[in-house]
Amino acid sequence: MSRETTSSVPKATTTDEFIKGLWRENPVFVQVLGMCPVLAVSNTAENALAMGLATAFVLLMSNILVSLLRDFIPKQVRIASYILIIATFVTVTDYAIQAISVELYKSLGAFISLIVVNCLILSRAEAFASKNTVWKSTLDALGMGAGFTFALFCLGAVREILGNGSIFEWALFPEGFQNWIVMILPAGGFFTLAGWLLIINVIQTRKVKS
Amino acid sequence: MRTTAHTPKQEGTSSAKMLRAMLGIGILSAFLIVSAFELTLPRVEKLKAEALEKAVFNVLPGTESTRSFGINSQGKIIEIAKGDTPEYTLYAGYDKDEKLVGYAVEASGQGYADLIRILYGYNPKEQVLIGFQVLESKETPGLGDKIEKEERFLENFKALDVRVTSEGLLRNKVITVKQGEKQNAWEIDGITGATISSRAIGNIIGSSTTEVVPVLRRHSLKMDGAKPLEKQAESNE
Repeated sequence: MSRETTSSVPKATTTDEFIKGLWRENPVFVQVLGMCPVLAVSNTAENALAMGLATAFVLLMSNILVSLLRDFIPKQVRIASYILIIATFVTVTDYAIQAISVELYKSLGAFISLIVVNCLILSRAEAFASKNTVWKSTLDALGMGAGFTFALFCLGAVREILGNGSIFEWALFPEGFQNWIVMILPAGGFFTLAGWLLIINVIQTRKVKS
Repeated sequence: MRTTAHTPKQEGTSSAKMLRAMLGIGILSAFLIVSAFELTLPRVEKLKAEALEKAVFNVLPGTESTRSFGINSQGKIIEIAKGDTPEYTLYAGYDKDEKLVGYAVEASGQGYADLIRILYGYNPKEQVLIGFQVLESKETPGLGDKIEKEERFLENFKALDVRVTSEGLLRNKVITVKQGEKQNAWEIDGITGATISSRAIGNIIGSSTTEVVPVLRRHSLKMDGAKPLEKQAESNE
């Protein structure tokens, strides 16, 4: 199913560029890109949201810059240039998060620096920003970033509710609730992702059938 | 941008272009990174200092102000100048009347996942540890990280015995025992389900107190109980 939706990109209107990242080509649920942070940092809703926003910011900035420089960067050195651009914005984000909250920076840990190698960002630079106008690339990045953040939040919320009995550190259940500790451990990431993929695929196949 | 070279002339222009592109992006990147670093540095430092101060207040209840000191390799208490790296860093906490509440000592050691950094509060008058906080740890969520939150475990550090003998050595080294088997005041009641992490805390505190507590005790005896540390530093000069 994912192959059909990603490979055929019909003539899209500008709003389409934004919407596609949210649902039809959602980077996590449909393209299944950038699984490392998706599984690792979605243990609480807050971490997931912060990671999603950090990635979306890097994606937006790098898409804009790659698109601006698309006639300036020769084909032979494009990957090196893109990585350099992405790494720059990741470093900037890293400092920004440190300045926002020490706690948040600690809980995201090494995964902020690992945004550099998130294949979602490089793939958008290579597949979209290097071939499209700045305006379109901005919309594409906003859509993809929002889709990624949304997906991470879906995982993080479920994992925090079941694994910690809370949402945004707000206790949800009465005292006696036994937390499903496995949900905040790495295994829980796989379970939750599988659950969401199942739900989304069921919806998509029903749509195709009808 | 299709510049696949067929003639040497084209190749020359294309490599110049490549160089120009990479250099240009490199310079732009360097500029962005350095300015981001410079812009955020003051706030990052402020936040870090605030977090540490909060931790000191937490492990030394009743503290109103703090001063930081170091212990050098000869076992002397020194004031930290910028760029110094003493063997141990410690913070003296004072209450409203400028009376010494105790010392907060930073220590670290290997946990289950990674290095654990902790801060503990020492009261030289009573010769007990009066507070404990994990500053940094990557212990397993839900299991090992109980050392940070579990009330019953943190109870251990309200009055943990670290008395010093007349020879100036720690009488009993702090140790973690199995959950429910604590018998002596210098033992830490461990956590079932976080065995390695709680034992690591015992080891970190054990080895740190063995070295630091006798020095602090000696120092506070010399100071006749509870006079502020800075007096000592001034009289040394």
